Amino acid sequence: MGIIEGRYGPNILITSLDKVFNWGRAKSIWPVTFGIACCAIEMMCTAASRFDLDRFGIFMRPTPRQADCMIVAGTVTAKMAERLRRLYDQMPEPKWVISMGSCANSGGPYWQYGYHVVKGVDQVVPVDVYVPGCPPHPEALLDAFIQLQAKIDRETLAKQTA
Amino acid sequence: MSENPSYLQGLQEQLGGAIEEIAHPHGQLCLVVKREAICQVLQFLMEDDEACFDLFLDLTAVDYLGREPRFEVVIHLSSIPKNHRIRIKVRLAEDDPFMPTITSVYPAANWFERECYDLYGIRFDGHPNLTRIMLYEGFEGHPLRKDYPVKGRQPRMPLRKPEVRRSDVAFEPPQG
Repeated sequence: MGIIEGRYGPNILITSLDKVFNWGRAKSIWPVTFGIACCAIEMMCTAASRFDLDRFGIFMRPTPRQADCMIVAGTVTAKMAERLRRLYDQMPEPKWVISMGSCANSGGPYWQYGYHVVKGVDQVVPVDVYVPGCPPHPEALLDAFIQLQAKIDRETLAKQTA
Repeated sequence: MSENPSYLQGLQEQLGGAIEEIAHPHGQLCLVVKREAICQVLQFLMEDDEACFDLFLDLTAVDYLGREPRFEVVIHLSSIPKNHRIRIKVRLAEDDPFMPTITSVYPAANWFERECYDLYGIRFDGHPNLTRIMLYEGFEGHPLRKDYPVKGRQPRMPLRKPEVRRSDVAFEPPQG
């Protein structure tokens, strides 16, 4: 038995709806497995036993239709941008995007003269968290997830006035 | 390493008119061959017992902009039993860069020729499937040519302008 069970009488729990929703969303981020380049190696490392994304309730999903987060881990070429947008459009709302590494942030080493690279994945999909690095450490990606959780916690169901 | 190997004599006897130049840059034998005879030369190098070039390594091109002829197609061959290598060049003029395909001799050159066609615009006559291999359909120009604009972009889809909402920015410096 756990530590909560059996401690309270029959009761009604009252909390704000935002808190419940945000708690559920932030604690079960399911990213779609989408590695494009060398950053994907670090992403795999982050998900594997040493850093273990499962501790945060983060499970890689093999299909965009079961995912609510996309880690863009690598160089986005003009050819890949179309596929990336299609994957993003298939993900159900609400959804978030983590841009991992210099290439996805700004084009990386190809930012100036690359004829084939999109200069930043934010030109294709809206990005929530940018992770600097080439490639970023697994700790940096973990921090990005923690930042994303903090961001989700700030969200509200209420209509934004401003 | 700068001595001519023995198989070169046989090659010169059989196809002497096809060889324009023989050099040893960086200690490796390098032949410049006329494009009409490239397949015969490669066939000889593959079948000759002394040469025995059974392994195709690479095919690429170089753009010498402002020089005539402008393009050079570079082929690298290696021999596993003899443990030696050779570099073969074909010079192509700017106005109509084409050469016969070498896939009839080395089938492994198939994708290399497609890459060369994709990035340099050099045609390979007789190639089984000469289409772009890396860039997408509708791409205009050949980006590894020196006269391709360095900032030329050809996105496949309309790109959005990234917006930054003030409420999104919440960088908290790490504590401690």
